[in-house]
Amino acid sequence: MINEPFAAGTSIIHKLGPRYRIVIAVLYAFIVAVSYQFPVLILSLCISAIMAVCAQLNFRALVQRLLLVNVFILFFWIVLPLTGGGDIQFYVGPLPVYKNGILMSARITLKSNAILLSLISLIATMPFSVAGQALHALKVSDKIVHLLLISYRYIFVLEQEYRRLITAARIRGFKAGNNIHTLKTVAYLAGMLLVRAVRRAERVHQAMLCRGFKGKYYCLASFKPSYGNWIFTTFMAIIIICLAVMEWGNI
Amino acid sequence: MTESKTLIHLENVFFAYPDGRAVLNNLQFDFYKNDKIGLMGANGTGKTTLFHVIMGLRKPDKGSITLFGKPVSKEKHFAKVRHRIGLLFQDADDQLFCPTVLEDVTFGPLNLGLSKKEATRIAKETLTSLGLAGYEERITHKLSGGEKRMVSLATVLAMKPEALLLDEPTTGLDDQTKARLTEVLQVLDISRIVISHDFDFLSKVTEGVYLMEDGKIITDADIHVHQHVHAHAHGAHRHEHK
Ligand SMILES: Nc1ncnc2c1ncn2[C@@H]1O[C@H](COP(=O)(O)OP(=O)(O)OP(=O)(O)O)[C@@H](O)[C@H]1O
Ligand SMILES: [Mg+2]
Repeated sequence: MINEPFAAGTSIIHKLGPRYRIVIAVLYAFIVAVSYQFPVLILSLCISAIMAVCAQLNFRALVQRLLLVNVFILFFWIVLPLTGGGDIQFYVGPLPVYKNGILMSARITLKSNAILLSLISLIATMPFSVAGQALHALKVSDKIVHLLLISYRYIFVLEQEYRRLITAARIRGFKAGNNIHTLKTVAYLAGMLLVRAVRRAERVHQAMLCRGFKGKYYCLASFKPSYGNWIFTTFMAIIIICLAVMEWGNI
Repeated sequence: MTESKTLIHLENVFFAYPDGRAVLNNLQFDFYKNDKIGLMGANGTGKTTLFHVIMGLRKPDKGSITLFGKPVSKEKHFAKVRHRIGLLFQDADDQLFCPTVLEDVTFGPLNLGLSKKEATRIAKETLTSLGLAGYEERITHKLSGGEKRMVSLATVLAMKPEALLLDEPTTGLDDQTKARLTEVLQVLDISRIVISHDFDFLSKVTEGVYLMEDGKIITDADIHVHQHVHAHAHGAHRHEHK
């Protein structure tokens, strides 16, 4: 089941205004992404970890997410040190291992984890619908917000439909194997899913028409101002500026 | 009878899906203000299709449709009057497309140009009247099938329609929810056409049952012992009451 393991909670971060969180998360992620120096990267990973602690994230779910990304990063560690060029650090058997490659892999690892942790702490901690409304309040185009929200709504329906199809196949004794029959069945399932998605889209559009939809999307949420938001924003802004100064200033 | 009392008038309507046989075949139908009609018929006889044709979601191949005394044929005609008829879809998943219940129920009123405050008030009222108070912030896709159906009904009622088209409103409801729906519909004084295979339910929430067969509506079928005198004895098909 697709789910939002972090959305519900009562931590300080959950209580902050969604708009502030989104803006800060984007700025923070940007600054980490363009940083190059190790002290900055290590510091930002620590800051992200502190955010994760503040958000009181479900530890297991968090580890699962991080593992997923780090398995992917592992491939960089295999490929880059062998192909990086520049100074040779040492040899593994006959293969030269380059220093540049090692450094590059280390940077990628630090950056990805820092950004991922901060995004999970700041953005995954709000329900998707709230994120949509916050984007709307931040003047992101109506069409994009609408697209996001509707996709979100129907991903679940499609998932359910996918499961229903798979179950239907299974209870009639279908087992995936390495043969033409499997390929054919999978193709049928994929095709069916596509047809159903199109049909569904058509019916949803009809339902919207029936309720007077004229292409304009209204948003209900009104966000309350609070001191906490400004304290958070100021604090994070200072951190972001410090990171920038460490990166580009000559200290 | 003044024209404005005829809410829906279909004349010689033909409809076929691109790949199939005729679903509506020279169909005649009149629906008057204060009519409460049940519509029965075997699976696949075109009941749902009829509703969609009335709402202008599908265009008939031939024939004419008049809604609230005005002929409608193009999308822009339908767009003007569609909100005066509330259609409850057969599949509630099609009807609830906003993330939260409150957003979904306010969607219609907001489109009608009401303020957020007004729309929210109406939505809350409607939800409460359906026994759904406290559901405002629930996530629509996480509702149970029966809850989805009741919320769908709320989204329709929140637009204050003058006529209701309900497509199998009781499928998937447990006895208790069904009883509540029945009660709500009995109290509501809105003209309606209700598709259902549940005769018992129809006899409670409607005042007469029509049958759909061979792409036509049979109004004077001996399928139901009418216990009331029809309000429209002047209708096209005058029929006997037993
Ligand atoms: N999108 C479609 N494309 C092609 N044919 C369709 C489509 N929808 C329905 N049909 C066909 O049109 C006929 C009437 O369908 P409709 O859904 O109106 O029946 P119904 O009376 O509502 O049935 P039920 O009681 O099962 O809901 C059926 O034979 C069906 O196969
Ligand atoms: Mg139907």
